[in-house]
Amino acid sequence: MTLIEARNISLDVPDMSHQALIGQRRKLRILKNVSLSLKKGETVGLVGESGSGKTSLGRCLLRLHEPSEGTLAFDGQDITHASPAQLKPLRRRMQMIFQDPQSSLNPRHTIGSILATALKLNELDAGETSIAAILGRVGLPASASRRYPHQLSGGQRQRVGSALAVALKPEFVVADEIVSGLDVSTQAQVLDLLKGLRDEMGLALAFISHDLSVVRSLCERVVIMKNGEIVEEGLTADVFANPKTGFTRTLIASIPLPEVRPGWLDQ
Amino acid sequence: MPRDPRIWLGGGFILFLALAAIFAPLLAPFDPLEQDLMAATAAPGAEPGHWLGTDSLGRDLLSRLIHGTRIALTVAFVAATLACLLGTTLGLLAGYYRGWVDAGVSRLIDIWMAFPPVLLSILLVAVLGAGLTSVIAAIVVIDWTRFARVVRAETLQQARLEYAEAASALGMGRGAILWREVLPNVLPVVLVLLSLEMGIAVIVEAILSFVGLSVSTDTPTWGGMIAEGRQIIYQAWWVLVFPLGALFLTVLAFNQLGDGLRQWLDPILKR
Ligand SMILES: Nc1ncnc2c1ncn2[C@@H]1O[C@H](COP(=O)(O)OP(=O)(O)O)[C@@H](O)[C@H]1O
Ligand SMILES: [Mg+2]
Repeated sequence: MTLIEARNISLDVPDMSHQALIGQRRKLRILKNVSLSLKKGETVGLVGESGSGKTSLGRCLLRLHEPSEGTLAFDGQDITHASPAQLKPLRRRMQMIFQDPQSSLNPRHTIGSILATALKLNELDAGETSIAAILGRVGLPASASRRYPHQLSGGQRQRVGSALAVALKPEFVVADEIVSGLDVSTQAQVLDLLKGLRDEMGLALAFISHDLSVVRSLCERVVIMKNGEIVEEGLTADVFANPKTGFTRTLIASIPLPEVRPGWLDQ
Repeated sequence: MPRDPRIWLGGGFILFLALAAIFAPLLAPFDPLEQDLMAATAAPGAEPGHWLGTDSLGRDLLSRLIHGTRIALTVAFVAATLACLLGTTLGLLAGYYRGWVDAGVSRLIDIWMAFPPVLLSILLVAVLGAGLTSVIAAIVVIDWTRFARVVRAETLQQARLEYAEAASALGMGRGAILWREVLPNVLPVVLVLLSLEMGIAVIVEAILSFVGLSVSTDTPTWGGMIAEGRQIIYQAWWVLVFPLGALFLTVLAFNQLGDGLRQWLDPILKR
């Protein structure tokens, strides 16, 4: 059963490099005619170079951005131009794990208060025990709730980001390059966590990454993006065995060995 | 607890001044208005009890200095706080809601900034009439732009960070995001500005007193004392130097406190 369905979505943003003196700013189209749907419990990988529009697409799917063209439906309900008030009851059901937990966690709030706010907003129990339980699920001690984000390591912050998203028991999660800033062993832990949650709660997962080796191990389907467009999509095994476009071939050829972190030579 | 000595020294000195202002009648050895022409322009310590000397009318300088803190601090706290409230509110709204709100506020700031501030304050007080309320009004009317500009820029930057978007992904409304998420991140810069603005307010009040546009001349003010001292600088340097020193130290204290707060409140630098 289709949970989220985007049809021919385009996204325009104001073009900051052209400041018009009079009249409307020029528009920049950063997503072009993108269609993507996810069934319940399905994991789709969104792959592409940096700047190809993966994050923008993820945000559109969650209606953090309003599509300029096309339609977006969640669980059969058209939310393309839904108002914040109409989206409010759906927010709990669709969540994002942000690319950079350093900036997605408010530096002025403790982890406990960030979690409590999220739970209360969605009318869930925000007591100390339930917060400790949520932290425990992502492998953090209950004492982490008194910490500020900058007092945690990068891996711990990413766990908090995941905890925050899954605390609400969503049905759909966009995970945006959640492992790219982490060292190899933390990467593996965060991925295990995500797999566990997916299997446990049956959530639909849009997994954004430019690391094809991770995508191959996690995603049934994969979507390859370039310049705001989908250039190829299909079952992960098919796409990897039989890439149709030269671009995908180049991407696959550049897969790093699983044991080696990309960029290790630069350090 | 902040370890920065600038916070303790600056804050401590301001606290000391505040106590001096509150308990001025108890602390001052003389009535600040009491004239004693026999003891006029006595050097510090020359006349018994007049530790800092007397002015050309024989009034005790230390007592006048202590009573002068009342006007200086009242203006500093009231004017700076009001300017802060006005400017911060406008800056927050402009930076967060952008669009026509921002266009309006930004235009207003541009127009305001085109006026030379000291001239504008003198003009304003001249129009409103001299007095404490006019001095405070003049400072608020002129200096709200300091807050509005910086707060607007900071809010713009903060609202772009992902935590604001993350909050909206969790279902938080726009107003709540501004209040709960953005404001706490803008507040440190506001506190720093507030501290600096208090120093500025002290100077502006002194300038207006100096040119005779502040409170009436029978209330002792540092600016008024400086104006008197300037005329007899060669006969009695102390009449000028002590109020000038008090002014300097006060502004320095507010600035040091502001600089110390800036670092202490930065969550990344803090650790
Ligand atoms: N709010 C925005 N305003 C202007 N340009 C944007 C905005 N968001 C994204 N872009 C641009 O759109 C393109 C796609 O960005 P993004 O979705 O972040 O790509 P990815 O996540 O694949 O790296 C980039 O070129 C980026 O500069
Ligand atoms: Mg991205």
